[in-house]
Order: sequence, then C-alpha cells, then structure tokens
Amino acid sequence: MLVLCCGHPDRGDDAAGPLVAQRLREMGIDARQHSGDALSLMDAWQGAADVALVDAVVTGKRPGTVSLWNALSAPVSGRTRPGSSHALGLAEAIALGRTLGALPRRLTLYGIEARHFELGAPPSKAVLRGVERAARKVYEHCLDQRRAPV
Amino acid sequence: MRATASTGSSRSIKVDYLTRVEGEGSILVKLKGDQVQDVQLGIFEPPRLFEGFLRGRHYLEVPDIVARICGICPVAYQMCAVHALERILDITVDPAIRLLRRLLYCGEWIESHALHIFMLHAPDFLGFPDAIRMAAEHRELVELALRLKKIGNQLMIVLGGREIHPISVTVGGFHKVPTKASLRALVDDLSWARDTAIVAARTVAGLPFPDFQQDYEFVALSHPDEYPLNEGRLVSNQGLDIHVSEFGNHFMEQHVKYSNALHCRLRERGAYLVGPLARFNLNFARLPESAQQVAGECDLLPPCLNPFRGIVVRAVELLFACEEALHLIAQYEPPAVPRVEGRVRAGVGHAATEAPRGVLYHRYEIDEHGLIVNAQIVPPTAQNQKRIEDDLWHFVPQLTNLPLDQITAKCEQAVRNYDPCISCATHFVKVEREE
Repeated sequence: MLVLCCGHPDRGDDAAGPLVAQRLREMGIDARQHSGDALSLMDAWQGAADVALVDAVVTGKRPGTVSLWNALSAPVSGRTRPGSSHALGLAEAIALGRTLGALPRRLTLYGIEARHFELGAPPSKAVLRGVERAARKVYEHCLDQRRAPV
Repeated sequence: MRATASTGSSRSIKVDYLTRVEGEGSILVKLKGDQVQDVQLGIFEPPRLFEGFLRGRHYLEVPDIVARICGICPVAYQMCAVHALERILDITVDPAIRLLRRLLYCGEWIESHALHIFMLHAPDFLGFPDAIRMAAEHRELVELALRLKKIGNQLMIVLGGREIHPISVTVGGFHKVPTKASLRALVDDLSWARDTAIVAARTVAGLPFPDFQQDYEFVALSHPDEYPLNEGRLVSNQGLDIHVSEFGNHFMEQHVKYSNALHCRLRERGAYLVGPLARFNLNFARLPESAQQVAGECDLLPPCLNPFRGIVVRAVELLFACEEALHLIAQYEPPAVPRVEGRVRAGVGHAATEAPRGVLYHRYEIDEHGLIVNAQIVPPTAQNQKRIEDDLWHFVPQLTNLPLDQITAKCEQAVRNYDPCISCATHFVKVEREE
C-alpha cells in the first residue's frame, strides 16, 4: 500500500495533503509527502498495486468535505494546483497515466475540499477537520488492505 | 483561463494564465486592425523576496535557500551562489569538485530540456493543447520524455541527494561526494539517453517552424575549452566581452508597471536574448563533434535566428549534456576531501552560470562574520522578458488574418520558445509615487 500526500504546507488550504501525511505517520502508516509533480508522481506509483493519493481539491462543496474517487475511472480535470513545476500536476499525472496505461491496479483519490491558497496563510479550521476525517479514511483503507487475503 | 474580446476594429488577446511555463504569468497583445498596439508580458506571482531575506543569513545557508527559488533549475541557483561566495572567500576547489559540479549541472539540463522539448513545446508544433492529448497519438514521444527526465533525476539524486532542491551542494565543495561505482551505475542509462537525444534532435528538426527571424543580440557565457555551464566570460555577437564582475556596468534592471519581475537590459543596446539559442550560436565550436554533426544533419548551423528552432537547439544540447555526463563519469576520481574551508572576510563576489534557460547572475556582499549584507539575483527569464515582448511585436503581424484563438495559441508557442521560468523571475518591486 502506497500513500502519497500532495500539497504545499505554506499555501493555505493546500496544506491539507502534507497534514494528512503527518497525521498518518502518527498513526503508524508510512505516508509520503509529495510535491505533486506529474512525472515524479508517475514514477513514484510505478509498480505499486494499491495507491492512495491525498490532495486538496476544489469541486464547489463545503470546505473540509472529504470526497473519494476511483481515479482509474472517475473524470479528473483541470489543474489541481496552479503553479506546480512547469504546470503539470496530479490531474495531469492521472490523465497521462491513463493514456499510457501507466496507472497502478488500484488508485484512490482522497480529496479535501479547499478554498484559499494564499502563500504563507494557515489552513482553515474546516480544512483541519477535513484533514482528520481524511486521515481516518486512509487509515481504514490501509487496515483493510492489510487484512485482505493475499 | 483565456479571454478574448473584440470591439469594432480593435482586438485584444489576453492569456490570463500562461500554461506550461513555470509559475504564473500572462501576456496581453492589443491589436487595432492589423496593427499591434501593445504587448505586455505580465508576471504576477506573489513576490519572492529572496534577495531580501538572504540579508543577515550566514553565507553557508545561501546554497540551500536559493535552491528553493525554482523547482526546475535549483542547481543553477546553487552553482551561482557557491561560485560567487568562493570568490569572496578565496577558495579554489579540487578539480574533482569542479567535475562533479559540471556533472550535476548536466543532470539538471537533461531533466529540464527533456521536459520542455517533449512535454511543453512539442504539443504546440504538433497542434495539441497539451502533452496529455499529444500522448494519445504520439505515445512514443511522451514515453521518451518520461525516461529521459528520470535519467536526469537519477543523476541529481546520486550527486545532490534528491531530485529536486539538492541538499549536498555547499560552499567549497559537497557535503558528501559519490563513489565511482555509484556514478558508473548510471552509464547504461546515460548511453541510452545520448542515443535517444540524437533521435530526438532529428525528430524535432522535422517539425513545422514558422518563418520568423530576428536580429538578436545573443548573450551567453563563453569558455575557451568547453561548452559553458559553470564558468566563462559574458560575450555577445555584438561585441560584449566582459568578466562577470562587470555585469552591473553593462546591464540594468528596470521595473515595468505591469510585471512583478524586473526587465533586464543592456545599458547601451536594450533587449537581448539568453538561453540555448544564444549558447549555441556563440559556442558552437565547443560542442562535441557528435553534437555538431547532428546539428548539421538537422540543418542547424550558427547563426540560427529563428527562435522557434530553439526546440532543435535544446535537443542538441540534450545530446551534449548526456555526452558530457558520460565523459565526466569516465574521468572521475573522488577528491581527497569533499569540501575545503575558506577564510571568512568581508567582500563582494559575482558569478554567472548557464541555467537551462540561459545566463543566471548572482552578486553577494558579505561582512567580516560571513553574513550576507546584500544579494542580487538576475534570472534568465527576467533577462528575456523584453525580448519575448519584442518577438511578439514582430511576430503577431504575420498572424492577423487568423482567428483570435489561433493567434493566441501562436503567441503562447512564441513565448514558450524561451522556456520561461516565471517563478524564478519575480522580484518584489517598491514603487514610489512622483508628486
């Protein structure tokens, strides 16, 4: 089980991913913080069977809402985080992985609804509550995966 | 997001978010009939303040701080910083350290050029909005890009400790140097990358290039014995030939109200061009024979004055970077010590190196305790901003019979000729009101 948490720790609600990684490590899960760069993400999940991706998302729901998508089939569009390295981010990684047949067997996207991305700003309280909910969901996902028959 | 508007015979083309460039930028082209009324490349990413917050920091912190300016060319910032500071501290590094720095820079060039050629610029030439849509029809190009970039990343990891923002570079050398075995383990991949770069150059040479040439002043480093990366004099095709410490005497930074990034100009002649096209035109003779031969096969000989052919030049430089990396690895013997100490004293130091997208200049002043008093960082994109605008002034009149969306796409392609790294090129600007 590979857990990759994307985001920028000092850009408002975009800190959701790194905070989930921190919370999961406290719970004993080996969660990795990731820059979200598309090519590097594709490299990270190469050969992995089950991957959980965690990132801040903007879908219009209430801030802090946690949504789950099967990234193998769900429509994922737009730039998940403007300003990432040469503008290729998580959405592009999933889209490119689909086109090239380079996705893991199972890829679940945990999105924490975000609204503000100012440099240097802290995440909102609603997003912090979402971080806790997302961490619990990913934790349960990891436990289920460990319990699953090989 | 794109917005275009027409009123009577006036048309404005505005690309609010310039995609596929590092950071966030926008271009505005105003047309009246077939006449260009105005061109503005606006860079509005929040100010980076790096020059400001370096003040008061110890000189040993500088390489790690400036690496954070850019995720795609951190080595360039680190190399400029260590060279400038070593000049103040009177440090001469072991030849093996010099070799490793050049090798690290090759890793960055491979990463950056592979990304730009295939993922960012090729879609423009092939008529796709982005690399993802291009991958559906040109899967092989994207797969090449992914593997090439990974090979550059590996070089960065072995030498720098990680693929982005390396942590091993320090003033006087490296915190830790690689073993011969760890470098030799990269040879097979680099040999594949070298062969692939040849194929890449031939492939991109066959793309359709707009018929557009300009009378550029090219500025690049020039070294008597090698294609420039870390060292050399600053030269141009119009007679500039200076030591890097004279940069401030010949170049000036200016604020323009629509951009956070300062425009850099030659004091006497204005706009100039830095980057692969300038390096190639000014240093062709120092390319390895194989790269010269491939350039010739691609009908690419200096002076190349068409900026759209910069994609071919990048492919030739990709070949150079792979060849150079193999050459350096074959020569490598670890140094006796990974770093040498300098004598801390007050002073001023300058350095210029060749980032993948052009000359990067740093100037530092430190006090007798080794604390930074002043820092000046002039990134390549800041130097190219005025030239990018000038290209659009001259290029857009060829396009005025096209629909607005096609003019917009062509303008974006023209800006990407420069592979602008916009988060490198933002400065905080204080504007004083004149009464």
